[in-house]
Amino acid sequence: MSQSFIEILRRALDEELARDPAVHLLGEDVAAGGAFGVTRGLAQKHGAQRVRNTPISEAAITGLATGAALCGLRPVLEIMFIDFATLSLDTLVNQSAKYRYMSGGQLAVPMVVRTQAGAAGGAAAQHSQSLESWFVHVPGLVVVAPSSPVEAYGLLKSSIRLGDPVLFVEHKRLYTMRETLPENVELPQIGRARVTRPGEHVTLIAYSAMLNSAHEAANQLAEEGISVEVIDLRTLLPLDMATIATSITKTHRAVIAHEAVQTGGLGAEIAARIGSELFDELDAPVTRVGCPFAPIPFAPELEQALLPGTADIVRAVRGLMG
Amino acid sequence: MNDSAAPSIDALLEMYRTLWRIRTFESQVQRLAAAGEVPGFPHLSTGQEAVAVGVCAHLAREDVLFTSHRGHGHVLAKGSDVEATFAEVLGRETGVCRGRGGSMHLVDAANGVLGATGVVAGNLALAAGAAWAAQARGAKNISVVFFGDGATGAGAFHETINLAVLWKLPVLFVCENNGYAEFTSREEHSNVKFVSRFAEPYEMPAKTIDGNDVLAVLAAAGEAIRKLRNGEGPYLLECMTYRMAGHYVGDAQQYRSKEELAAMREKDPIERLKKHLVKNGVPESRLDSIGESGKDEVLRAVERARAAQRPNPAGVLDYVYSAELS
Repeated sequence: MSQSFIEILRRALDEELARDPAVHLLGEDVAAGGAFGVTRGLAQKHGAQRVRNTPISEAAITGLATGAALCGLRPVLEIMFIDFATLSLDTLVNQSAKYRYMSGGQLAVPMVVRTQAGAAGGAAAQHSQSLESWFVHVPGLVVVAPSSPVEAYGLLKSSIRLGDPVLFVEHKRLYTMRETLPENVELPQIGRARVTRPGEHVTLIAYSAMLNSAHEAANQLAEEGISVEVIDLRTLLPLDMATIATSITKTHRAVIAHEAVQTGGLGAEIAARIGSELFDELDAPVTRVGCPFAPIPFAPELEQALLPGTADIVRAVRGLMG
Repeated sequence: MNDSAAPSIDALLEMYRTLWRIRTFESQVQRLAAAGEVPGFPHLSTGQEAVAVGVCAHLAREDVLFTSHRGHGHVLAKGSDVEATFAEVLGRETGVCRGRGGSMHLVDAANGVLGATGVVAGNLALAAGAAWAAQARGAKNISVVFFGDGATGAGAFHETINLAVLWKLPVLFVCENNGYAEFTSREEHSNVKFVSRFAEPYEMPAKTIDGNDVLAVLAAAGEAIRKLRNGEGPYLLECMTYRMAGHYVGDAQQYRSKEELAAMREKDPIERLKKHLVKNGVPESRLDSIGESGKDEVLRAVERARAAQRPNPAGVLDYVYSAELS
């Protein structure tokens, strides 16, 4: 039986709450199910003390989760939109990320901040951003961005069990995507990418909802005789350069695609590392696909015009094949 | 000590000694900072020692403490090792944080010191979170956070007290109101003269006391902590005090007058406790020797810390992530 991304996330949370009494959920409206229904029914099942509503106080609740994680809880905090994580930044950047280091290894912050990002449906400039690269700049944080319901199930469980603070970025366009969860899912290791489609000519690196566009592009390009190898990063920080290197050693070309603004995006970091670590392997310049440098607009025509997608990836790959 | 009983003379003598330990620790930080031996810019708590000592007298090892950039006194009053604390301020491998944290990020987890933070108001919600963990696990320990009056200008202060009251968290908010936020007086920061007034709309119990009188701090903190341990929720204790040192070592302090500084020296918490003890029959010579022994202990620890090993640069990337990701 297939389940939506939201239902599968709920299942992962439900199972983790049942498995480990240290796991606690908190956030705005989470006891009532949260803004997107991910936590629906969990307060009734696991108790109001395990699934707690909070005031609209992102600074305080992020600090609260961090302090609780220092003292043995494994909090899973929901920040409704990644745009609102701007209000959590002092804690995430100055405290959660650095506690292990600043304390010389005495303390850890095993905490997950689930948040939702990306553009869809006219959510406009303050509810649509892809801000993950800000967090990728912070040593000590872990950033995970699942690309499908089944992926989200395993990655969320692994994130909750990790001993580090994780920003878990869910794309709103994936929430309605449906998959059937196989029995006995093997939990993925955080920090490892996966090859989702083997290919010969170009390595296409994507994550989150952009993985779907990457696969659509690979299908189209296959009809033209271009064989694309697709990598789903899964974990954006720490970055799995080994998987990227193995692929590029075979294909000698690379395209990185993400919805986030191209300037200063994760693609820039990956391109730079490919350029310096794999220069001799390259047959063409590393190319990026990302959002043009503008806020996300409201009107559907404008939103559509701005967002990068399948056609942009196809164009970028063709450009490398000369 | 018992939260409500009047302190015994012996307990007060021990506190007198700790006041001197903190005072000496800070004067040594100042001396060595001036000599270029202390990296960064340490913030001294000279003159504010009674708050640390009076509050921490009520804490057990498993009670947790969060402090600010001005936290040396709190850490020592909680019972952390003087040498390891000083070694951290000097950035040594033998420091409590192996030289990774320094003066503004002291952590001594085994002793319940869960951290100092250098971002004003950044520690408040963490302390509430630690209290939430205790509540969630049915543990009896409490959480205490020290902060300056400057922190009340931050949104995180108001967000946190709202949440702490709402969830009835066992957290004691201790404001050290020293009249200055960095270099600017309280009058220029806020129309609200006393920080305890902020507790009113949230219906949190609060009190403003003389923070330079260790007996007043002891009594008020005892009462507040008794409520916390009874499960009555958070408490805000505002301790009026005075920073006898500058904001940081090297601060020229052009924002306050010599007369102001001289008047506050009259209120020195160490002198006041001494007068009280003498009045209660403790010979001055005994107090002097207790003070000297506190000073000596610190001076010896400082010399050991200065001789301690410096961190090996090869370890600079240690402790960024858990073993699974390293």
